[in-house]
Amino acid sequence: MRINGKGLVDRSTPLTFTFDGHSVDAYAGDTVASALLAAEVKLVARSFKYHRPRGVMGAGSEEAGALITVGNGAGQDPNVRATMQEVYSGLETRSQNRWPSLNFDVLSLNDLASPFLSAGFYYKTFMWPKAFWEKLYEPVIRRAAGIGGLSGEHNPDSYEKAYAFCDFLVIGAGSAGLMAALTAGRAGADVILCDEDSIMGGRLNGETYDVGGATGQDWAASTVAELASMDNVRLMTRTTVTGAYDQGTFGALERVSHHLEDRGGRPVECFWRIAAKRSVLAAGSIERPVAFRNNDRPGIMTASAVRTYLNRYGVAPGKAVTVFANNDDAHRTARDLVEAGVHVAGVIDTRRDAPDGDGYEVYKGAEICNSEGRKALEAVTFRYPDGREDKLQTDCLAMSGGWNPSVHMTCHMNGRPVWNEGIQSFVPVDGTVPGMLTAGACNGVFSTHGALTQGIAAAQEALSDLGVKTAKADVPKAEDAPYRLKPLWAVEGKGRAWLDFQNDVTVKDVKLAAAENFRSVEHMKRYTTQGMAPDQGKNSNVAALAVLADATGRGIPETGTTTFRPPYVPVSIAAMGAGSQGIGFAPQRFTTSHKASVEAGAPMVEVGMWYRPSFFPAPGEKTWRQSCDREVNNVRNAVGVCDVSTLGKIDLQGPDVGEFLDFVYTNMFSTLKVGRTRYGLMLREDGTVMDDGTTARMGENHYVMTTTTAAAGPVMRHLEYVHQCLRPDLDVSMISVTEQWAQFAVAGPKSRELLNGLLAEEINSDSWPFMACGEALIQGVKGRLFRISFSGEHAYEVAVPSRYGDSLFRLLVSRAESMGGGAYGMEALNVLRIEKGHITHSEIHGRTNAFDIGFARMVSAKKDCIGKTMSERPGLVGDTREQLVGLKPIGVVKQLTAGAHLFEKGADPVRVNEQGYTTSVGFSPTLETYLGLGFLRNGRARHGEEIQMVDHLRGITTQCVVCDPVFIDPEGGRVRG
Amino acid sequence: MRIKCPHCGERDRREFYYVGDAVALDRPDPDAGDVVWDDYVHNRDNPAGVTRDLWYHESGCSTWIVVTRNTVTHEILKTELASKVKEAMA
Amino acid sequence: MRFSGWKVIKEGLSGNKGWGAHWRDAQPKPEYDAIIIGGGGHGLSTAYYLAKNHGLTNIAVVEKGYLGGGNVGRNTTIVRANYFLQGNSEFYSHSLKLWEGLEEDLNYNVMHSQRGLINLFHSDGQRDAFARRGNMMVNQGDDAILLDREGVRKHLPYLDFEQTRFPIFGGLYHPRGGTARHDAVAWGYARGASDRGVDLIQNCEVTDIDIEGGVVKGVQTTRGPIKAKKVGIVVAGRSGQVAAMAGRRLPIESHVLQAFVTEGLKPVIDHVVSFGMGHFYISQSDKGGLVFGGDLDFYASYAQRGNLPMKEHVMDAGMTLMPMIGKAKVLRSWGGIMDMTPDGSPFIDKMDGVDGLFIDCGWNYGGFKAVPASGWCMAHLMATDTHHEAAAKFRLDRTRTGVNILDEEGTGSQHNLH
Repeated sequence: MRINGKGLVDRSTPLTFTFDGHSVDAYAGDTVASALLAAEVKLVARSFKYHRPRGVMGAGSEEAGALITVGNGAGQDPNVRATMQEVYSGLETRSQNRWPSLNFDVLSLNDLASPFLSAGFYYKTFMWPKAFWEKLYEPVIRRAAGIGGLSGEHNPDSYEKAYAFCDFLVIGAGSAGLMAALTAGRAGADVILCDEDSIMGGRLNGETYDVGGATGQDWAASTVAELASMDNVRLMTRTTVTGAYDQGTFGALERVSHHLEDRGGRPVECFWRIAAKRSVLAAGSIERPVAFRNNDRPGIMTASAVRTYLNRYGVAPGKAVTVFANNDDAHRTARDLVEAGVHVAGVIDTRRDAPDGDGYEVYKGAEICNSEGRKALEAVTFRYPDGREDKLQTDCLAMSGGWNPSVHMTCHMNGRPVWNEGIQSFVPVDGTVPGMLTAGACNGVFSTHGALTQGIAAAQEALSDLGVKTAKADVPKAEDAPYRLKPLWAVEGKGRAWLDFQNDVTVKDVKLAAAENFRSVEHMKRYTTQGMAPDQGKNSNVAALAVLADATGRGIPETGTTTFRPPYVPVSIAAMGAGSQGIGFAPQRFTTSHKASVEAGAPMVEVGMWYRPSFFPAPGEKTWRQSCDREVNNVRNAVGVCDVSTLGKIDLQGPDVGEFLDFVYTNMFSTLKVGRTRYGLMLREDGTVMDDGTTARMGENHYVMTTTTAAAGPVMRHLEYVHQCLRPDLDVSMISVTEQWAQFAVAGPKSRELLNGLLAEEINSDSWPFMACGEALIQGVKGRLFRISFSGEHAYEVAVPSRYGDSLFRLLVSRAESMGGGAYGMEALNVLRIEKGHITHSEIHGRTNAFDIGFARMVSAKKDCIGKTMSERPGLVGDTREQLVGLKPIGVVKQLTAGAHLFEKGADPVRVNEQGYTTSVGFSPTLETYLGLGFLRNGRARHGEEIQMVDHLRGITTQCVVCDPVFIDPEGGRVRG
Repeated sequence: MRIKCPHCGERDRREFYYVGDAVALDRPDPDAGDVVWDDYVHNRDNPAGVTRDLWYHESGCSTWIVVTRNTVTHEILKTELASKVKEAMA
Repeated sequence: MRFSGWKVIKEGLSGNKGWGAHWRDAQPKPEYDAIIIGGGGHGLSTAYYLAKNHGLTNIAVVEKGYLGGGNVGRNTTIVRANYFLQGNSEFYSHSLKLWEGLEEDLNYNVMHSQRGLINLFHSDGQRDAFARRGNMMVNQGDDAILLDREGVRKHLPYLDFEQTRFPIFGGLYHPRGGTARHDAVAWGYARGASDRGVDLIQNCEVTDIDIEGGVVKGVQTTRGPIKAKKVGIVVAGRSGQVAAMAGRRLPIESHVLQAFVTEGLKPVIDHVVSFGMGHFYISQSDKGGLVFGGDLDFYASYAQRGNLPMKEHVMDAGMTLMPMIGKAKVLRSWGGIMDMTPDGSPFIDKMDGVDGLFIDCGWNYGGFKAVPASGWCMAHLMATDTHHEAAAKFRLDRTRTGVNILDEEGTGSQHNLH
């Protein structure tokens, strides 16, 4: 029911939205909750377990009753608090957790079965017959559980993430927060003020009392206006600070366009990371319900929510409102209602010394013990101090069990709040989040005057820490009423009295938990699920704790609390993961030949962050194998070109580089001659192979190292570590130049011929023997030439500054094609290296050492190096080790697969018989057979033995002969050719 | 979490790579024996409280840093260049 | 008291007044045959199997907080047997078999749900590594199926097969993998142990271990000294501190691992999905919350809470893999203290040089699924002084000798990389 003349909604802008398909009238400035209440829609939702009818219970983000789904189709948004969703024209909303309809919900039968659905009942049943759990019980439970639903389709909306920095972060823009921001802003500090509401002012917007000589609403508006005029203050409405993290980092969720009919390209939400030098928590407090029989019916709300709807939205949530209270504050609700002309059926105050009513009756010392009404509240039964019971016809109950400070954020870094007997609740301990102060109601100070005073004080203290002077500030005149209450958690009596409305946890459940020895508050929580619902116990924790304390004969402080953890309000995965949907998850790295490769029709595959060509299909080729075989043959018989720029390149300079490399490589590099390249093996300190690659000595004090593609980053980090942490005495400088150089392998018997057509100076076997390196002028471009080979052929790698990469690649490929060769991709590269027995990270996979791969001789005895000592541990050498071998099929089955296991001939393929595994396989067009590399126990001593390879997963068993891993040209004639 | 790089000032934790206990600076002699080496490579004091560990300003200036830090509160007490710490050990 | 559906109905009809304590809260006695330090999943299962398999009932579990308050109540509840190294394979296989009979054994519904686990791969190389793993699982007698892209699509049609940064090549499907209700596992073992006479002592912190002449004599606690002939340390992330009471440094670094749960949602994810490329794994609880996690925060920590970078990374991974979860809202995030070892595999062993002192630790972030077999094998070791064959390779000296290093990840001795 709308009340004329009340509220901040814009009566000049009427609009309509839908709820469950029905059109609802509203005004700009309404929330779905306020509009539904204005339209006298009481039943809004169904509860989680018993599917009980539920309505709007509060007016904030902690809403325990009215959770709805917003929107339709792929972007439907479940579990939205109707109290936070601002209306706009055309907004579509739906109720949840009901079937077939909100009014007629089949699973409301659960409510009748509630005696069998007590806390933890599922731990005691559904165990027989065993197979029924997955097939019957669990699917039924799963379908009944849950609240809202996802669409199941890809998220269609855009989200963002952002960073912000400030001197002083103010969390909450109620009276304390506004005053803190104003004080700091006037002092010139860099301030961010966040509030989750659409307008700032906090409780002031829901109350009628004055601040600084104006109404609270006006004072808030004018203060916000002053703040908005300051360049050093950033106001962030609709922004909930969600978590406090280390060194002044905060997470915050901004609801950017949930309230807009036309988002106009804006993201739906933005997740902020705010780094603040100092902060103040001014998050206010949350009014707590009272547990009594059937206290969950639609129409039963918190007393402050009723005031908020009346004063801020101009809506009376009922025609005859009853107030149930144990404190003075709730009487404001009755006064405001009466003043607005709404009938107050009565105020039932549990205190015998409760204040008298002015225009309404106060039942002192009485308590409500039951409610009636099917899908909406119709009456309440209350009990006089003498035990007599009476009934009030009422359609709205405004209840208040007192207030709980919103201490949540002070617990995010493991702080524990302490019990305050005066307010019968927990208050924060300063310093639990370093740099954060608390002010106002969240600190247990409930008067407006107190909040304003603490806001000023917090700003002054924070700014003084930062060396910023604040001017003396006057506290605006405001109410300073004492907070008087008598503790009341649960009204005695039969039936079910709700504590956690969302998870349907009642007083009985908590008592049952205690009886079953779930007496620790953590056990009670986990057993009953109290506090684990969407409100995370904001409405129920303190009362549940009090009930548990009572049931276990302990005081509340000794019973303890559970821990509030981030986020303060639920945060969508899309917001915290903004930007990562699709390809945004990781950077994409492209080589300079990428375009040419794509133009040539090469399928590009991910190799780490890089993309590399898989193969280059030629006309008429139908399978990748045809292309691969041709490319291998090209290299073996003519010349092939392959982009190897993704390999890491590290430039090392300085007089001590040789000594440094001797320490990081197992073999010697100080003895390497200028103009020569050497293959090196690098170990981790635990003796396992870390990486391999060639390093070229370009000058006396200048080396260029190559790493594998995958290890480029880790090796760079490792080299810096070895230098800075172990050998800072060495004069070495290094930098990654991977992206500065485009580098191409030119491999095959005609490689030199091809290159000589491009080089300023022709090369020959004397000027560029195997493993030679140096600078070279390539088509007039100063580049580098290395005579190294991964394919086992006479081969070179030619490097030019990246800007020449595209043109050089095209040139090399066209020349190669004219000579009967062409480009080759990863598939051919892999076959070539398997034929030659060269290892990759398939073999040096982090569990193999130099001994295993047959490179023990490469660990120089003449010097220490990283990993040397540990590689000599007894378990890492000897005939129990699995050693690198080659495998060739010799039986009927010719196929080899990688990831298969090796067994003795005829042995059962079971774990205890397992002797090794395959790591790399490929079909060799050169030898016209599958070839495999693998590790076999004591493998080097077993060359010539027949074994079986078993791949259960692909259904392949192949008889193989064990051989040397180098299948082609073991003497190395070709590479030297 | 924010860490003060001795070169770059306070930076977000995202810029840093973590490797573990700064005991890594104290590499034994090759012939120190298996117990000493096992201790160096594997065993850790693993304190619940103040520890010194090694971080690398990987997305920054490539500096290795010894961070004195509390593993219970995540308070950062001191940051130093690892190379300086190592030189001081010599 | 035996739990059953009939009992639930009977009690429901009579006001649920007949339910008793699930376990006894015991006061410490002056002396026990054996003490287990740590009332988490592993400690409680150790006590249970000591009593059940070995008839040792004069024993106590001492817990500094509340039972099941550590990692057993903080994990993402995944149960699987998909290891590929000799030593791990047989152990986790044994554990999965125990899981499969756990409800009957404990008469407690731990909601072990074999809904199937799919590990995704994104390249030929990853496929081959998973093939090796899957083949070992079959070698061991467990189940593994190699799915291609279309095979994955049939199970998980909601993944982003078109746009995602790391295209899905296929997956290794482990049908017997799944989840369980984590807290119930701790409570079920507690109840089973308590029923067999084991004393469960909460709010009792061990402050020292008494050792005389190389023989363990008992422990000092905040509730007084307790004598014992055998003491088992089963304290996960706190292993470093407790082992230090016996003068021992361990190859363990404690790290924080975060986990997340969303608000309740109608069923949308039926499997456990693991996305190694993004360090992301997810399932949906029976209550409807999406339960998911990622990698360590990467710095040593005892804080049981993490920071934003890893939270965001986990959400990032979820969004690239399955953007249909975007509108799910994270309700809560928390952290556990992981006892990370240099090879990523655990220890169940005697403590060198102290007779009667045993340790079970180093579960990294895979401890939950190990709970049954860990207790089984630790109980075997404590009762018989010999290693159980399924855990024979979980030796403390393997880091020194290099014998049977169990590095499934292949990342080496940097503790946090496993």
